[in-house]
Amino acid sequence: MVVEKLTQDEIDRIFHALADATRRDIVQRVIRAEQSVSTLADRYEMSFAAVQKHVAVLERASLVHKARRGREQIVSGDIGTIQRAEQLLRSYEDIWKQRFRRMNALLAEDGPATDLPAPASSTDAPSKGTDT
Amino acid sequence: MTFAIDATHDTENLTMTVVAQLDATPERVWQLWADPRQLERWWGPPTYPATFTQHDLVVGSTTAYHMTSPEGDTVPGWWVITAVDEPRSLELRDGFAEGDGTPDETMPITSMRMTLEPAEGGTRMTLVSHFDSLEGMEKLIAMGMKEGMTLAMGQIEAILAN
Repeated sequence: MVVEKLTQDEIDRIFHALADATRRDIVQRVIRAEQSVSTLADRYEMSFAAVQKHVAVLERASLVHKARRGREQIVSGDIGTIQRAEQLLRSYEDIWKQRFRRMNALLAEDGPATDLPAPASSTDAPSKGTDT
Repeated sequence: MTFAIDATHDTENLTMTVVAQLDATPERVWQLWADPRQLERWWGPPTYPATFTQHDLVVGSTTAYHMTSPEGDTVPGWWVITAVDEPRSLELRDGFAEGDGTPDETMPITSMRMTLEPAEGGTRMTLVSHFDSLEGMEKLIAMGMKEGMTLAMGQIEAILAN
């Protein structure tokens, strides 16, 4: 298997590229089917040059590729890079998964849940096992 | 009943949802959030522990905490409690602070909503996090999300190596 790592610079470029609604929309369209820059430009309330600029930012982040076909510039999505951006988001979920695991370990110190008396109020709840 | 976690995220809306089934009553789980001594046992990983110096689950109140890196550097953070319905739900905003504890306006803020429901003889905890912007997420990545410095970056490396 080819091991391909993203550098911090590449990660920065990906997230910068995806920080704009038009660029996210372009990515979603070209993942489904490749499109020419002029077709894309027709869809947005902005100049051809502005759309071309957005495509260039996405291209630098390797989220899309651009190829010349006759008179047209065809834009297609790079699934591999998009999946990696997705995986970055997933790593944030992992932070919370770890937190839940620690919560669960903390609760396990109480013993079986059925033996637990309901705390009388929020301030004098059982603090068993919290001073270790 | 066993401990279970489920996570989903919505890239488009910058929202992440994590659901866990915990083996305790909602009142007991609430204490994990309400008692600063219990909170600091799960908020940060053992390698990046959190210390809560000011914490009270009252609407409008500010929580002050800091994380301590393995090298001994501290990263201060704050919460503002925006909604409290004990023991059912809690909403807060989480951000970075300056050295003196005042909120750092240039840093990203994460909004969180935590809900507890009795389920399967225990409690189902749902946590929804929302990022203000992708630029904010970008910054959080660079910062390693405070505590995640070691944890998350290690995981990102492992993921990217696949």
